[in-house]
Amino acid sequence: MTDTQPIQAPEGREAWRAALDAAKTRGVEFTSISGTPLEPLYGPEDLQGSPEDQLGYPGQFPFTRGVHPTMYRGRLWTMRQFAGFGTARETNERFKFLLGHGQTGLSVAFDFPTLMGRDADDEMCRGEVGQVGVAISCLADMEQLFDGIPMGEVSTSMTINGPAPILLAFYIACAERQGVDPAIIRGTVQNDILKEYQAQHAWLVPPEPALRMITDVMEYCSARVPKWNTISISGYHIREAGSTAAQELAFTLANGLEYVRRGIARGMDVDEFAPRLSFFFDSHLDFFEEIAKFRAARRIWARKLRDEFGAKDPRSWMLRFHTQTAGVSLTAQQPENNIVRTAFEALAAVLGGTQSLHTNSMDETLSLPTEKAVKIALRTQQVIAEEIEVAHVADPLGGSYFVEAMTDRLEAEAEAYFTEIERRGGVVPSIDAGYFQKEIHDSAVSYQRAVERGRKRVVGVNCYTEGEEELEIELHRIRPEVEQEARANLARLRAERDPQRAEAALQAIRTGCHDGSNLLERFVAAAHADCTLGEIAQVLREEFGEYVEPKIL
Amino acid sequence: MSERRIRVLVAKPGLDGHDRGAKTVASVLRDHGMEVVYTGLHKTPAMIAEIALQEDVDVVGLSILSGAHMELFPRVREELVSRGMERVLMVGGGIIPKDDMAALEGQGFAKLFGPGTNTDSIAEYIKEEVARRWAEEGSEA
Repeated sequence: MTDTQPIQAPEGREAWRAALDAAKTRGVEFTSISGTPLEPLYGPEDLQGSPEDQLGYPGQFPFTRGVHPTMYRGRLWTMRQFAGFGTARETNERFKFLLGHGQTGLSVAFDFPTLMGRDADDEMCRGEVGQVGVAISCLADMEQLFDGIPMGEVSTSMTINGPAPILLAFYIACAERQGVDPAIIRGTVQNDILKEYQAQHAWLVPPEPALRMITDVMEYCSARVPKWNTISISGYHIREAGSTAAQELAFTLANGLEYVRRGIARGMDVDEFAPRLSFFFDSHLDFFEEIAKFRAARRIWARKLRDEFGAKDPRSWMLRFHTQTAGVSLTAQQPENNIVRTAFEALAAVLGGTQSLHTNSMDETLSLPTEKAVKIALRTQQVIAEEIEVAHVADPLGGSYFVEAMTDRLEAEAEAYFTEIERRGGVVPSIDAGYFQKEIHDSAVSYQRAVERGRKRVVGVNCYTEGEEELEIELHRIRPEVEQEARANLARLRAERDPQRAEAALQAIRTGCHDGSNLLERFVAAAHADCTLGEIAQVLREEFGEYVEPKIL
Repeated sequence: MSERRIRVLVAKPGLDGHDRGAKTVASVLRDHGMEVVYTGLHKTPAMIAEIALQEDVDVVGLSILSGAHMELFPRVREELVSRGMERVLMVGGGIIPKDDMAALEGQGFAKLFGPGTNTDSIAEYIKEEVARRWAEEGSEA
């Protein structure tokens, strides 16, 4: 053996930086999917504040590390696949299929007529009945949807907004007909109208009366349906419409804070309703940015609710959320690759501490998913839960210099947006002025341009393409008879119900629009009187007016 | 004589609220020098045809992600024809299965664009196709 002098390699941050600067890099933009420039390395110097203030412990303020002390050691997230198509009977069968394969909660997708508060036999709805979800026009449809499903045991999420209070009334009435006390039913109604004006666009009436009905739901449920989540404040649609991660975070939380202000203005104590507010985020492709977004969301909400709104109940501080993987990230080209994209997005949601999760199916850029595709999507969650050992440790990326820096950055970006929204007079005036809509549109165009110019790469779309490949996957088609069947059912309902009782229930809603009554209570009565969704919504449109979107283009 | 600009109506038929694609394409077509009118959401076939007539457009582009394309697209076409606008260039896009695209292309639609389409290629297609039609009109006159 010969003695060799150890080579004196340069060490330390400056030497590393010099080596990096001297080296050739790949010549792509090193930015997040939202366009945020990323450093090549993050270190202790990127951390802000003390770990006690910024992180705390799982189940403790500010909940950066999760809302439960045990996180997934106590209970896994709820695997909740969004489903609905055709008639109530067909969707009922899909629900039973999913429950039979280990799904643990239900999530109802409604068709466009239902989302827009119109009956299946409305002339405006030709060709749309049962297409993107299930058509529910009355209590009888809801009863068929939950036929043989014990409403006292399952938890159900309903993605409905403009007419949300009416569909919730159908659900409550349906539980009553099953002999189930509404006090024990569990679930969520999306009921987040603000993001409808901003992004998703399924509204019914203008913002002020819509917010009044949402407050009615909060008030009614806190007294009579206490286990129900009254609003699922949703960033998902904001993101899908094209926003960045920071915009999704900021606009969603700004909306959430607006609902809190409205509840307080109604005279409720913040701790009476805030624990029943839940959230819904997108999980997009940018793995670390998404995890940081979920962590930042929890921290911002906790700080706002405790420090600005004076909530005392820790459950009011906790931001609980559902996640769906990003539909916009799926490609029509080489659709099987979507399974892989969805798996990464789902993993980010789990590492970010989600309470429930929907994984998209590979074929959703082509049509509604087939049973096979849905099963693979559910199995993806099960692989994450059972095989890859990531559910044992709470907030496993906490303390990562990069993830902490990204979390701090997103929190700061959200705060800047809150200030801007306030400067513009608040959420509703900003909607009226088209502010959110324009911000989202600009981000969407900018991302589209980045893909088309090759600055952002999408496998199968702008790299690794295979030309005009033939689609080899089977598509789910809606039966053409669905619309006729729904029309016939409604004709029968209108002929067989007690017309005086139905008319009186609608009249009670009409007067209730102006005398400050709780409208949800009147909707439940109307549901029992077999009034239809379209009839109830028409009264609201007549009394409150229709919403006209501001022009931004 | 100043160059004649292509006038395009970007429209959203039916109850579908997904407007990211429609608005993005509208912005890109404008960047390509076209005059673009966007209808806004929730329009019936008759409303779309009426706007197309009022705005005297050369192109009508429909965007739909609700699955109702086989019902609504042909109805927009009928409404346009009934207003004497059978020569308008009709294109569309959205979540539309390939078989349906082929069917619509046999029913008066010049071309349907699916997800992942490069938006510049839509603009180029429209420019070429409209130029060809204008040349035909010129030779007929």
